[in-house]
Amino acid sequence: MANALSNAAGSIQFDADVLVIGGGPAGSWAACSAASAGARVILVDKGYCGSSGATAPSGTGVWYVQPDAAKREAAMASRDALGGFLADRSWMRRVLDRTYDNVNLLAEWGYPFPSDETGQERRTNLKGPEYMRLMRRRVREAGVKILDHSPALELLVDENGAVAGAMGVRRQEGENWVVRAPAVVIATGGCAFLSKALGCNVLTGDGHLMAAEAGADLSGMEFSNAYAISPASASVTKTLFYNWASFTDEDGHPIPGASGHHRSVIAKALLKHKVYGQIDRADPGTQAAMRLAQPNFFLPFDRAGHDPFTQRFQVILRLEGTVRGTGGLRITDNSCATSVPGLYAAGDAATRELICGGFTGGGSHNAAWAMSSGFWAGAGAADHARHRGTRAQPRQVTRAGGVALTQGPNRPFDPERATRAVQDEVFPYDKNYFRHGAVLGESLTRLDGLWHKLRIADAAAPENVVKAREAAAMVATARWMFRSALARAETRGMHKREDYPNQDAGQRHYLTSGGLDEVWTSTRLAPARDDVEVAA
Amino acid sequence: MIELISEARCTECNICVAVCPTNVFQAVPDSPPIIARQGDCQTCFMCELYCPVDALFVAHDANDPAVVDEGQLIASAALGSYRKAIGWTPGSRAQRGIDQSFKLTEPH
Repeated sequence: MANALSNAAGSIQFDADVLVIGGGPAGSWAACSAASAGARVILVDKGYCGSSGATAPSGTGVWYVQPDAAKREAAMASRDALGGFLADRSWMRRVLDRTYDNVNLLAEWGYPFPSDETGQERRTNLKGPEYMRLMRRRVREAGVKILDHSPALELLVDENGAVAGAMGVRRQEGENWVVRAPAVVIATGGCAFLSKALGCNVLTGDGHLMAAEAGADLSGMEFSNAYAISPASASVTKTLFYNWASFTDEDGHPIPGASGHHRSVIAKALLKHKVYGQIDRADPGTQAAMRLAQPNFFLPFDRAGHDPFTQRFQVILRLEGTVRGTGGLRITDNSCATSVPGLYAAGDAATRELICGGFTGGGSHNAAWAMSSGFWAGAGAADHARHRGTRAQPRQVTRAGGVALTQGPNRPFDPERATRAVQDEVFPYDKNYFRHGAVLGESLTRLDGLWHKLRIADAAAPENVVKAREAAAMVATARWMFRSALARAETRGMHKREDYPNQDAGQRHYLTSGGLDEVWTSTRLAPARDDVEVAA
Repeated sequence: MIELISEARCTECNICVAVCPTNVFQAVPDSPPIIARQGDCQTCFMCELYCPVDALFVAHDANDPAVVDEGQLIASAALGSYRKAIGWTPGSRAQRGIDQSFKLTEPH
């Protein structure tokens, strides 16, 4: 099945110490960190490093907490129960430390943090466009070569199964690229299944698929059913301001328990009827702060001629999947290595269970994780490359990619049809938001069947290959999600089982998942905690 | 979705072609770029922020194309309104440092 690299003739080729795949926050921190360790670094992005991903078009809180023992303890304790007591205090501490230092670096680099009335700078929030424009500048100044509009399609591995680089396409030039590197950082983000959640349509699980093809496994994929409130026809999935909202049905009757942003209640209501929102509980001062905080939130309203403070608007929940879930590639040590030698994972592509357990609201912890894990993965990858020695080129390099890339007996599959088929399983609130063993089982049967159809299809045509790989990655991701969801027969974190509505102390463990043609799960011990049984 | 490249304003710099994360635009020699793959637009508004002459307009509907009137958009100062709000126009730089999020996200 594996093709020799020589099949990739006609490509532009590069040698590097470290290849970073993905140019969002995690990837750009990884590239800077690897370059500052002396590595020759190439960063490839599917779109454009600076605008790609969930952060750039958005605004995000950051888990930035002063190094004060009481404040740090409170910060760690505040999400314990929400996360189902699966977070690891040692990881939380090191992420709080790293994030504090990195955010202070952003200030040194010129990020325009606002000051409060007392003149003190407030560093707990980042505006996406500013942050990512600054990070692109830092990446370039660090001497990293950036290839924009260069989606990676597959990893390269050597004769020992270690990663040896990657290859992909330069979609605006119509050529292929090959980067040979002894260390690769996967920073491709999570998977939101092309739901048009803000900035998320580049996040299709590509890195999960590539890493799995090279032998990596995942963790926490049951924590993959994050949904965000969005005006019905808009893309702006910023949920914070709905803290000041009321929700009503078509006739204007309040939906009990939906005030604030109780998404479960809204999801239940959406299964029965249309739902409307109105940000009617924000006083004028709060309204003004909102406009200055997140101008993007108001774009859909201003452009549609609606006043969200005084008029009702229809809302839906858009799937954010693992982007604001916590599942992703399993991390095996402090350098954010995966189970494949030379392969590292950072940001939303990696599991965030270590600091969030089974729940994250996005922003805050995810932003902290992206800059911390990116920093460590870049350093770890540079270190790995240095020890390995780039002069010692592997004798034989093979392409690890399979589905949509290798020859098969059937005609190439239609990426759009495959995408719709997987969306039909993961979008509906009564399949994914509220899960049930029997329903998950039926979905898995269809998704497994879909995967096997994709597997026996012929390689995609060049003009279709990026979308075909995205579709395949989404199918693979959905299968790890639902197989894990089936294996966790309880409700914990964001994972809600209608047939097992309670948290079960006997299942306070992590779930590993993996496999392509055959998907599997297994359990790992969660860190020991004295207080958990009492608290749960 | 992206609906407008103002031919009157566009300087053919092709920055939008470079920055669009979903590769919606297509450069055309000696001409403004075209919206070649509107269906791939994710309505993230990033192209508007990076357009130095406010020639682009992304309509609010992320699902379906819309009809927009360039004259009206100019009259209502909609072109460039987001770039201005974020502080990326020459006259709005002060906006960059007045993010009030901390008032909304930190404990009161």
